[in-house]
Amino acid sequence: MEISREMIEAVVRQVIEQVYSKEKGKLSDSMYQVPNEPSVGNGQLRLLEIGKALKGNKVDEVVIAVSPEFGLNKAQTITGIPHGVVLKELIAGIEEEGLKARVIRVKRVADLAFLAWEGAKLSGSGISIGILSRGTTIIHQKDLQPLNNLELFPQAPLLDKETYRAIGRNAAKYAKGEPTDPVPVRNDQMARPKYQALAAVMHNKETQMVDKNADTVELQVKWA
Amino acid sequence: MKRSKRFQVLEQRPVNQDGFVEEWPEVGLIAMGSPNDPKPSITVQNGKVVEMDGKKRADFDFIDRFIADYALDVEKAEEVMKIPSVELAKMLVDINIPRSQVVSCFGAMTPAKIVEVVEHLNVVEMMMAVQKMRARKTPSNQCHITNVKDHPALLAADAAEGAWRGFDEEETTVGVTRYAPFNALAILVGSQTGRGGVLTQCAVEEATELTLGMRGLTSYAETVSVYGTEQVFIDGDDTPWSKAFLASAYASRGLKMRFTSGTGSEVLMGYAEGKSMLYLEARCILVTKGAGVQGLQNGSISCIGVPGAVPSGIRAVLAENLITTALDLEVASGNDQTFSHSDIRRTARMLMQLLPGTDFIFSGYSAVPNYDNMFAGSNFDCEDFDDFLVLQRDLKVDGGLRPVKEEDVIRVRNKAAKALQAVFKELGLPPITDEEVEAVTYAHGSKDVPNRNVREDLKAAEEMMQRGITGLEVVKALAKNGFIDVAENLFQLLKQRVSGDYLHTSAIFDKNFKVLSAVNDLNDYQGPGTGYRLEGQRWEEIKKIPRAMKPDDF
Repeated sequence: MEISREMIEAVVRQVIEQVYSKEKGKLSDSMYQVPNEPSVGNGQLRLLEIGKALKGNKVDEVVIAVSPEFGLNKAQTITGIPHGVVLKELIAGIEEEGLKARVIRVKRVADLAFLAWEGAKLSGSGISIGILSRGTTIIHQKDLQPLNNLELFPQAPLLDKETYRAIGRNAAKYAKGEPTDPVPVRNDQMARPKYQALAAVMHNKETQMVDKNADTVELQVKWA
Repeated sequence: MKRSKRFQVLEQRPVNQDGFVEEWPEVGLIAMGSPNDPKPSITVQNGKVVEMDGKKRADFDFIDRFIADYALDVEKAEEVMKIPSVELAKMLVDINIPRSQVVSCFGAMTPAKIVEVVEHLNVVEMMMAVQKMRARKTPSNQCHITNVKDHPALLAADAAEGAWRGFDEEETTVGVTRYAPFNALAILVGSQTGRGGVLTQCAVEEATELTLGMRGLTSYAETVSVYGTEQVFIDGDDTPWSKAFLASAYASRGLKMRFTSGTGSEVLMGYAEGKSMLYLEARCILVTKGAGVQGLQNGSISCIGVPGAVPSGIRAVLAENLITTALDLEVASGNDQTFSHSDIRRTARMLMQLLPGTDFIFSGYSAVPNYDNMFAGSNFDCEDFDDFLVLQRDLKVDGGLRPVKEEDVIRVRNKAAKALQAVFKELGLPPITDEEVEAVTYAHGSKDVPNRNVREDLKAAEEMMQRGITGLEVVKALAKNGFIDVAENLFQLLKQRVSGDYLHTSAIFDKNFKVLSAVNDLNDYQGPGTGYRLEGQRWEEIKKIPRAMKPDDF
């Protein structure tokens, strides 16, 4: 292969762009303007719909697909973590790995696997994180069966801020095609007797927001 | 308000850690008798159901249609539906009316009628009815074998101990999805070390689960879920027809399988259409019947916190087990999920199935500590073994377990770990070290065993599936390394899928691989002196708990 001046210039340009985009990926210059601790405080969150969500073509993005009621009404998980805090941690985790988050809302279904799978299909990297109002989370990939997953976190009461951050990081690592250790599995056998009926109540409020004919929308995320 | 000290003490009681909610019938958060439940009715024209439970055929959803076309005995339906529900309820508990007669009536009843019938029964009557209506005469039990590290050697050791203690079926699942092939392999080898003929399954995503079964790495399947409303089915990307198709895929390979359903799932998924949990569950049971599947795991299962939180919920859970038996299906009757912080409450809930006996009283009992139970914990775990053995002995009731000696358990655990070590070596999987074998032999749970290199394991598990490893390679690996008896057990198990005898309703194997099912061990209970009686050798076995002192020693 001949090495031309143009080729060298092209390679250098690409490297510079990459470095530049990594710089941009830092928290301070994030497209979501993630506030630093502790100013996030109560995690007051505003999710603005900015149009129909389209398929991304950037391989360095991870889609976060939120459920129909996420960020609305009480806007907190089953253990009371504000949705704003949850979203901040997920995005921060993704950005720590040098990738970008794109947030969408799936309105036509409140089933976690399916809304995440839809997110994965729209994601430029093919990787998505799906999350329900009560906090249940999944990492999905577009080529998997809808009910399969890369990682599933079915016990919402056990998910804390650190776990959400780690989920964001791992999703980004999958997107980069890096070998990834799953977020350590946690288990509390007493979560069910304490929380399951509450989960049923919360999920019914979620499904009451489902609109089977609605498009999936892109969200602009703002923290008050 | 100045606080009462008594109320402060009560507040600290475990039962007050449990969640309770009031009924919300509009969304179906009600165990039985929702105001939105339909009234029973049927119209048959030219051998076809044209109206059922107040709905015309044109308005049927796909569940109604499936039930009407495949589950109902159309010839008898109109006649049976005319019998007052209270009379049908009496048939369930009348010892003079044989099981077969009740089965034939239930096969001709609509979901709303079935629910109306069982609503006439209190829990004691329901237990009497289950005692008569369960399909297999001999009761049995199933366990969970999992751990939070997905440690293969520990899984093998625990599977061996579970089999040794008396469980006839063992179920595993994963912490990390991609560990599934290893987990299936580990409990397969472990179970056949503990006792030949124990059936094993690996509860994972349906396509993977079927592949593992076809490869001979599991011998039955259970986590094929059906639901009582169309929307929940659709959310799972399924229909009754697709589930029936999956069921026939198992049958075509000579693999036992049952469906899973349970009260509370529809409301938990947010689409109960305002119907009671039991009415929707009756529809699930009829879908199972219509699909031609031999049995069902129900008893709320993973949704137990939902019926458990509303009035009469635990009665509804027993009612769903009863309906399953009355429709001539095998029942694996729940008790498989943490249900309460209160020991009193979780025991009371379990007695509903232990006392009458079911095909599998637990589905399953956690044979590992609950912190390692990857089904999110079971109603009873291995720390309750001795309590359970004493209950069997106190009440002279067969819960499927037997007292065991510590030295025997250590021996089978060690052998299973070594057998799996040999299989891993032979198949070129990441080695199981001697230190791991030693640790799992004496371990209580995964806290007592070293960590694995997870990344290496997952890579090897994926390759194992790509290489097309089957049960036969495992048999060869065992035989080559001197585990002849384990190899023979596993080979026997693989051969069974050719004969297919264990596809009959409620089938299990004894230690000689003789099938025990509703065909050759049909429940013939008709009052005192009939049906299953705990006596002879089996009673002697249950009596002899190691801690009982001998009078001669004094």
